[in-house]
Amino acid sequence: MFYREAGDFKTSYVDDSQTFPIRFDRMRYYAVLVLGFGILPFVMNDYWANAVFVPFLIYAIAAIGLNILTGYCGQVSLGTGGFMAVGAYACYKLMTAFPWMPMPVNVLLAGLVTAGVGVLFGLPSLRIKGFYLAVATLAAQFFLVWLFNKVPWFYNYSASGQITAPERTLLGVAVTGASTPAWAKYLFCAVFLFVLAWLARNLTRGTVGRKWMAIRDMDIAAEIIGVNPLTTKLSAFAVSSFYIGIAGALFFAVYLGAAEVGEAFGIQKSFLILFMVIIGGLGSIFGSFAGAAFLVLLPVLLKNLLVGGLGWPTDLAAHIELMIVGALIIVFLILEPHGLAQLWRVAKEKLRLWPFPH
Amino acid sequence: MKKTFTMLAAAAIAATTAAPALADLVVPNLSYRTGPFAAGGIPYADGFNDYFTLLNERDGGIGGEKVQVPECETAYNTEKGVECYEATKGQGALVYNPLSTGITYQLIPKVSADGITLYTPGYGRTSAANGKVFEWVFNYPANYWDGASVAIKYLLDENGGSLEGKKIALLYHNSAYGKEPIRTLQELAKKHGFTLSELPIDSPGQEQKSQWLQVRRDKPDYVLFWGWGVMNSVAVQEAANIRFPMDKFIGIWWSGSENDVLPAGDGANGYKALTFNGVGGDYPVYADLKKYVFDAGKGSGAGDSAGSVIYSRGMYAAVVISEAIRKAQELAGTPKVNAAQVRDGFEALEITDARLEELGLKGFGQAFKATCADHGGAGGAMIQQWDAAAKKWSLITGFIEPDHDVLDPLVAEDSAAFAAENNIAERCN
Repeated sequence: MFYREAGDFKTSYVDDSQTFPIRFDRMRYYAVLVLGFGILPFVMNDYWANAVFVPFLIYAIAAIGLNILTGYCGQVSLGTGGFMAVGAYACYKLMTAFPWMPMPVNVLLAGLVTAGVGVLFGLPSLRIKGFYLAVATLAAQFFLVWLFNKVPWFYNYSASGQITAPERTLLGVAVTGASTPAWAKYLFCAVFLFVLAWLARNLTRGTVGRKWMAIRDMDIAAEIIGVNPLTTKLSAFAVSSFYIGIAGALFFAVYLGAAEVGEAFGIQKSFLILFMVIIGGLGSIFGSFAGAAFLVLLPVLLKNLLVGGLGWPTDLAAHIELMIVGALIIVFLILEPHGLAQLWRVAKEKLRLWPFPH
Repeated sequence: MKKTFTMLAAAAIAATTAAPALADLVVPNLSYRTGPFAAGGIPYADGFNDYFTLLNERDGGIGGEKVQVPECETAYNTEKGVECYEATKGQGALVYNPLSTGITYQLIPKVSADGITLYTPGYGRTSAANGKVFEWVFNYPANYWDGASVAIKYLLDENGGSLEGKKIALLYHNSAYGKEPIRTLQELAKKHGFTLSELPIDSPGQEQKSQWLQVRRDKPDYVLFWGWGVMNSVAVQEAANIRFPMDKFIGIWWSGSENDVLPAGDGANGYKALTFNGVGGDYPVYADLKKYVFDAGKGSGAGDSAGSVIYSRGMYAAVVISEAIRKAQELAGTPKVNAAQVRDGFEALEITDARLEELGLKGFGQAFKATCADHGGAGGAMIQQWDAAAKKWSLITGFIEPDHDVLDPLVAEDSAAFAAENNIAERCN
């Protein structure tokens, strides 16, 4: 009824090719922006920022990054945790080596460094694919974690091998370090997510994205019609690693404040983000958000419900929580193998016809 | 889809508003009863809870104020630790004891900004012993560098005062926790002329074949061990498998509980570990615990770990925290103390042998006195040895003092680095 194309006339090509062609979608998008930037920062407290929103925003960035590589370009990667570690350590080295450098620059440079490393580890993708590539990226994961553990230069020779983010301010407000206000943390990550998501959405709609998808769907056919596999695959690795590097830098500097490579960026992080992408929906920006929300919010929610709400013992709740999350993942994937994004698509199709399906 | 989101949102709001009411003295217990480190986390959390339950049931709390111990599961994971910290600090938390060096590193800047005490007995950041830099962190009675030094001193004793030319291997959990003692051991190696080899084991440490192969090849005279959780029992088993002489295998205090040695059976006989508190159920306090807590059905967890090594250590942490709160009440002149007053209590805390005896814990820990500059305590530890036939740990030394000549400059150096990184001016001058 309210969700329809009818009556929404497009009179220019720009209008015709906009991201949200349906008025209701556009309005919803603006509403989310107003909520995210206009309302949430003012009501944010430490708990909501640190337990819910900041991890969600950061994981969403990482999920978009991995989605570009795996969902759009079809290259399976298990090295996400390692690439996040590159972002985190690059950010740390930049923060400590150049204390005057503004934080957004640090984060962007950390992303660029990660992009370089990603391209390096993306080289094998020119020769191998599928499971074999997954194993090659798995090697990247283990190598990078080992490297940051082994070489003391990366953690500035600290006794414990931990890296700790010093305080940095942006426009007079702390954005890293312990005295960061909750809203600043949130807003800093939200701006990055907004810009990166906007960029990813537009990249994937344009030539670059279409090349990625051509390679994903059938690499030989793509090559025959003139898509260069070298530049296409490596650009996917570069852009994806850039996103993941930024996510790693924010994860360390803004969210955790101190990190230890084996624990914060281990193999389980790679799997977590891969699950986000799979549950959210491969090849969908919305899916990245949905997957990140699902896997970040659900455990916190269940914990609050079971321990805070029902007063269960914490160990029982922790075990039940694992079982519920696991069961939900399986149920979701059986009911909708294409992820939450597909559910959303189906819902939109239905909404178009509602309430007169015939 | 949309409906699910609305439902989730509604449930989330319902869940967060259902937080417990603000009242009493709140001492959150960031515990881990799940995951690969639960073998240590469960008895520790039980000991911690039970002692506060005892205070509430027997004395009506501390100074007449009941103590609330909200528990939050971290699974030894730093992200969950941060979430737990944020979730509980709003309830008026007075002091945190996360039993994880990784989480401690996360929380040091946070508690310093929020003004809440962080108490890390026997773990955490060693240089936090320097109260001049770390205003909000306390790690008495002993820390890892003390432990490393005590172990070396014990070995010196065994070898007639010289370790010249000996080979010592450090087998450690490859994390902030396991890396803590390396710097001290390197210094001590220089001082005493032994060679140190470092063998990291990646978390969680169920796979240690290659490290033990290296031990077999290098044939070190002694193996020092910094392990935790499942890693401990695997290491003891592996040592038994390669027939490494168990009395030359010494674990830190977190690697010497019953859970660690029982699986290896007779093979574990003679394994040694450090401890900074007494163990066993012979202390008079257990009579009260039995009467007010266990028999009343108020025990925490399954109740099968009372008197065990890690349980005792959890109880020890609770004893020190409750004594610090008592001191804070005395200083502030009111039983309703806030977080800042509790910190003052920690800083003015003095645990004497007489006080321990009053508490029914004679000889349970070393007497110590905190000052503004000294948040680290005396640092002594004892060596205990496992008797596989009797299935019990027995103490084979008294408290051994660490080598302060080596440790003090290291603490000063590391805390100065922290102060410089974070622009902290030294206090207590």
